[in-house]
Amino acid sequence: MSVLMSQGRPAKPRVGLFVTCLVDLMRPSVGFAAVKLLEDAGCIVDAPVQTCCGQPAYNSGDRGTTRDLAMQVIEAFHGYDYVVAPSGSCAGMIKAHYPELFEEDPNWRAKADALAAKTYELTSFLVDVLGVTKVGASFDGAVTYHDSCSGLRELGVKTQPRRLLASMEGLTLVEMKDSDVCCGFGGTFAVKYSDISGAIVDAKARNVEDAHVPTLLAGDLGCLMNMAGKLSRDGKPIHVRHVAEVLAGMTDEPPIAAGKEARSA
Amino acid sequence: MTVHSTSPQFKQNAARALNDDQLQKALGNVKQGFIDKRQMAADKLPEFEALRDAARDIKNHTLEHLDLYLEAYEEKVKASGGHVHFARDAQEARDIILTICREAGARTVTKGKSMISEEIGINHHLEANGIRPVETDLGEYIIQLRNELPSHIIAPAVHLNATQVEEDFRRVHTHLDAKRDLSEPVQLLTEARAVLRERFLAADVGITGANFLVAETGTSIIVTNEGNGDLTQILPKTHIVLASLEKLVPTLEDVSQLLRVLARSATGQELSVYTTFSTGPRRSADADGPENYHVVLIDNGRSSMLGTSFEEMLRCIRCGACMNHCPVYHAVGGHAYGWVYPGPMGAVLTPSLIGVDKAGHLPNASTFCGRCESVCPVRIPLPKLMRHWREREFERHLTPATVRSGLQLWGFFAKRPALYRLATRVAMGALALAGRRRGRFTWLPLSKGWTKYRDFPAPQGETFQQRWKRERRGTHA
Repeated sequence: MSVLMSQGRPAKPRVGLFVTCLVDLMRPSVGFAAVKLLEDAGCIVDAPVQTCCGQPAYNSGDRGTTRDLAMQVIEAFHGYDYVVAPSGSCAGMIKAHYPELFEEDPNWRAKADALAAKTYELTSFLVDVLGVTKVGASFDGAVTYHDSCSGLRELGVKTQPRRLLASMEGLTLVEMKDSDVCCGFGGTFAVKYSDISGAIVDAKARNVEDAHVPTLLAGDLGCLMNMAGKLSRDGKPIHVRHVAEVLAGMTDEPPIAAGKEARSA
Repeated sequence: MTVHSTSPQFKQNAARALNDDQLQKALGNVKQGFIDKRQMAADKLPEFEALRDAARDIKNHTLEHLDLYLEAYEEKVKASGGHVHFARDAQEARDIILTICREAGARTVTKGKSMISEEIGINHHLEANGIRPVETDLGEYIIQLRNELPSHIIAPAVHLNATQVEEDFRRVHTHLDAKRDLSEPVQLLTEARAVLRERFLAADVGITGANFLVAETGTSIIVTNEGNGDLTQILPKTHIVLASLEKLVPTLEDVSQLLRVLARSATGQELSVYTTFSTGPRRSADADGPENYHVVLIDNGRSSMLGTSFEEMLRCIRCGACMNHCPVYHAVGGHAYGWVYPGPMGAVLTPSLIGVDKAGHLPNASTFCGRCESVCPVRIPLPKLMRHWREREFERHLTPATVRSGLQLWGFFAKRPALYRLATRVAMGALALAGRRRGRFTWLPLSKGWTKYRDFPAPQGETFQQRWKRERRGTHA
């Protein structure tokens, strides 16, 4: 489907970057890595004023707030050829769930459908829409990749980040056991049911460790903060980064949950 | 109200389960075995995904015309010499069953595995009235000895290990040699078979569930791996089938389609070892079979789900794949859910049946990872339905006040981008400064839930939007 779309796309597509609230607040370097990847692939990138896709409200049952925030996003992003997010979770929210929010409002439903149709997770946009097969950056070392649930199951993001990583000089991808099993983040779940979340991320951290690689990557900052926080708490010196940082060759910032001393690798 | 529920204490139940080493070890078996076997079975069948679509469509069609199929089914059962009883709720179902048992002069009742019988709490009711119910599925037999609920809908004793079963058998089977060797699982099985054989022969009534009821023929169908269901329904003079309304399907052809996804999704088998079709009581030319055949069709809350978004839940064919693939179920097991149905299907069904005020935790205790939906043979959108429950809770102000006010505060800022940018700039700046050296926090105010198990990463400092505005002001849309 998305491969076909690449036939009719504009030569220099205008991409609205949905930076995601977590990247905006916690780790802007991921946003700038996404900008670099998109610009290297020939896009004109803009990041309009934005807050959040509304997922915390949506998953807490607050449809009213969710709709308000969805309308805000729809209006901010309607003018771009594409909307791209460095997150399967937020892109999934826009693509899979915004239309559901306006089932009884044909006017907004049409707008939500239009936005959904042009919204992509970053790596799937690069590979499926733009046909990128290789990124220029190099990375020295072995990495393992965690599949974040929404990207994997709502958007089919699985091979795209792996294909791009495989194209990088010096990088080896080592698959961990159960890479497609949830890390236990689940947004507010991690705080509301912290005991269960703690047990799930414990199992994930053990699988990461058993892969015996120095670096863990994923495409969603929520999952990354959860896994990095756990590995750090357990004293495991594994560097955790968003896949965009590595693909863009922007690994100057310290890894997630690591201090300045960990900057080098 | 049916069986007592501890769903309101879900958090405490979960905490206890997480600290139960034995349980944690047993749950390891669920994680691997079921998942790999289902995948292998699905991979071997190229049309598996198409079969899932067909299974969904069959169930949807039946639910749309449930009234017609119920009537047709009742007529066919009557025509074959059986009886159909409609029970609005658990109490009516228990009364009907007790009446039938009394008419049969029953002292012992054997039972095949049936989740609806757990739901209506029939065992306690029969016991209270002087009738001895005997579970004959090995797992159910074990948990009956322990006075527990099943912890899994197809593997009721999956939370136990062989040593615990040995202890139970020694405690209960006091007529056997105390020095007998029970160290091997097969010895436990042999002992259970021997004990149960006598019960089968002594039973006056046999109660089974039904995986499917067929409208065109009036047939009830059970699938088992132990053959206990057959002995339960063939040997006694009276056979009672317990089934909830949504077990109905139109034709035998439909059943054969559903059977193709059921066992594969459940255990990875192509078919269960036994698939047994029963139509009415024994006919004159039949070699065996019961003299009386009763079906108790139980509503107990289902009809109120029809026509709502929860109607999709009535497609469930009880394969257990959702819980087999659920990280939360893997972490806490089935008993933590606090009622009859655990895992994702329980998280949707339980609030429908006992009230979201009691079972509110269940649909909330999910990461929405979506793995359940990805394996459901009838494609029930379980995360979506759990979210619907969260919406009902929010509307009814059942969401905890702390969560509501937190959401409100966050929503206030998120709906005001300019204010949001200002507030987050200040907050992230301060947080980054505080966490600058180590890059993380082991403790933060109001975030105990997070920091109990993991560090909280420090933000980088300047927000994306702040830096974007500074560096790219000219290119703003």
